[in-house]
Amino acid sequence: MTTTTAVAAVSQEAPQERLIFFNQALREAIDEEMQRDPAVFVIGEEVGIWGGAYKVTEGLLEKYGESRIIDTPISEALIAGAAVGASITGLRPIAEFMYSDFMGIAMDQIVNQAAKNRYMFGGKATLPIVYRASTGAGIGNAAQHTQSLEAWFTHIPGLKVVAPSTPYDAKGLLKSAIRDNNVVVFLEHKALYASRGNVPEGDYVVPLGVSDVKREGTHATIVTYARQVTFALEAAEQLAQEGVEVEVIDLRTLYPMDISKAVASVQKTNRALVVHEAVQFGGFGGEIASQIQQQAFDYLDAPVERLGALHSPVPFSEPLEFGSFPSVDRIVDAVRDLIVGV
Amino acid sequence: MAENASQSGSQNGAVTLSRDKLLWIYQAMMRIRRFEEAAEEAFRNARMRGALHFYIGEEATATGICAELRTDDYITSTHRGHGHCIAKGGRLSKMMAELYGRATGYCGGKGGSMHIADLDLGILGANGIVGAGIPIAAGAALGAKLRGEDRVTVCFFGDGAGPTGAFHEGVNFAAVQSLPVIFVCENNNYGMATTSDKANAGPSIAGRGVAYGIPGVEVDGNDVFAVNAVAREAIDRARSGKGPTLIEAETYRFKGHTVHDMAPYRAKQELEAWLKRDPIERFKRVVESQNLLTAEDFDRIDEDVVREVEMAIEFAEASPFPPLEAIEQGVYAD
Repeated sequence: MTTTTAVAAVSQEAPQERLIFFNQALREAIDEEMQRDPAVFVIGEEVGIWGGAYKVTEGLLEKYGESRIIDTPISEALIAGAAVGASITGLRPIAEFMYSDFMGIAMDQIVNQAAKNRYMFGGKATLPIVYRASTGAGIGNAAQHTQSLEAWFTHIPGLKVVAPSTPYDAKGLLKSAIRDNNVVVFLEHKALYASRGNVPEGDYVVPLGVSDVKREGTHATIVTYARQVTFALEAAEQLAQEGVEVEVIDLRTLYPMDISKAVASVQKTNRALVVHEAVQFGGFGGEIASQIQQQAFDYLDAPVERLGALHSPVPFSEPLEFGSFPSVDRIVDAVRDLIVGV
Repeated sequence: MAENASQSGSQNGAVTLSRDKLLWIYQAMMRIRRFEEAAEEAFRNARMRGALHFYIGEEATATGICAELRTDDYITSTHRGHGHCIAKGGRLSKMMAELYGRATGYCGGKGGSMHIADLDLGILGANGIVGAGIPIAAGAALGAKLRGEDRVTVCFFGDGAGPTGAFHEGVNFAAVQSLPVIFVCENNNYGMATTSDKANAGPSIAGRGVAYGIPGVEVDGNDVFAVNAVAREAIDRARSGKGPTLIEAETYRFKGHTVHDMAPYRAKQELEAWLKRDPIERFKRVVESQNLLTAEDFDRIDEDVVREVEMAIEFAEASPFPPLEAIEQGVYAD
């Protein structure tokens, strides 16, 4: 899958390109998997008539009816728990949380039930659940609708965690997640829903646990995921004007994490910057940085740097909100520092 | 508000259950009691560790309910779950081995007393989180409904789960969706040392059924015949697509909250009064007085159960611990 960027870049000019929105790509994944497997169903708040808070499930109620597109009351613990009960008895629920921030209410069901049942029951139970949620800041939703909480979930054995950055990956990864026999937390950055990209029609999957080189370069490596991939690519474009070639690695799946492409990249560039929108302290970037230095220590010409959000809830006011998490400019500066600092 | 069923199907009325069912009920209640007595002894002799929450004294509730379930019906259980698992058909040897943390236990030693599950028997898992089984049971019932099956799900929980958000979210959704689930609150009046009146507002938990537009039924949880009668009606209702029922069974744990708890917060007289309502003794009195079972029947089952429990202990103690390699196995499915 290292060639998705190249494919996308080439197909930008190609006649067969099909540019669709990120949320459309997700909808296609759900639609195709629901057609493919009658055990798949959607449950969540406003997934039916409303079509999902970000319109991911729009039109599916008309197509599949109330028995497979199930609107729930505002009951996040119920959504997560019903997915446990339905999956352990043989169905494949896709449970939607409008905002990952709301998953706090469902955390017992996700962490103590869904993630642990298989293990506690001696490896016998199978819980093929996808917990989808919108995440991330940047659209003025203030502190309770904007968090990047992936580290909550990557820390829990029994969960897989996915965070796509492009419509192509979103569709292919969601299809893999739906087919996976595990509990997958699928985090969709809300600022990406309206982004467009080339997505083939019909069936394809992007496997979980395979990272992707989104841009090749020789001077420094940025390891990131979700919306920050787009920022990193913009930063890389700016830096290229200065003659600095940055390689951008998109992890795509945070657990299981494929660090191999990041390590291979650092062996070439000798410098690594880890970027995520989540609060830097205690963030998932610490795990990435640690694994890079463990596996590529002898190749590093500088300490692995990290760039994450400041230590605050996400503020509402626009300049504060955008000042709180990594921007293209801050990534550019961080790469420059990484190179100059040698 | 709630229908009170404590007088129905009980001592005053003639028992109409078949001899086979009566034998099954007695055996199930004795299996629960002797299993837990043996587990307690093993624990006190330091042959077993962890947390044990005994169901002794509450046997009639799980037994009366499960007597009306099919093997393919589901139950969700609680931290005080041995009784539910045994009444649903759980094998004592595999349960005991699990309590001992052995590789041959139901969960390969990964779950212990609070997490016994047997999906083949419809036991979707005991649960260490109070109230958490309620949304899960709603989900299992939702699954059966989506697949067009006539399985029902019984959700056992305690009065301690009454105040949780999970109770409201699960029961409300089940009622909204008219799901085939029976919510069985085993009200033993104590969530650890907190009495139910300090935890649950309102006159009863069953009374909340009115708020959800579903039947709420109070029943004497130590009267297996009364429980059974209520269960039959609720299960029929669920199986025929008429939706959930909320049953509140009034009962009492004869032991403390856990094996470590001597329950100093309970009055001696209170315990003594409840011991007089021992569900097994009450069952025996009824069936003997109506000449339905004989002393020989009881003796034979008693002997069988004692032997079965002894064999379970022997099986558990002879079984190996799981290997250390097992620690990271079974976290994910392939």
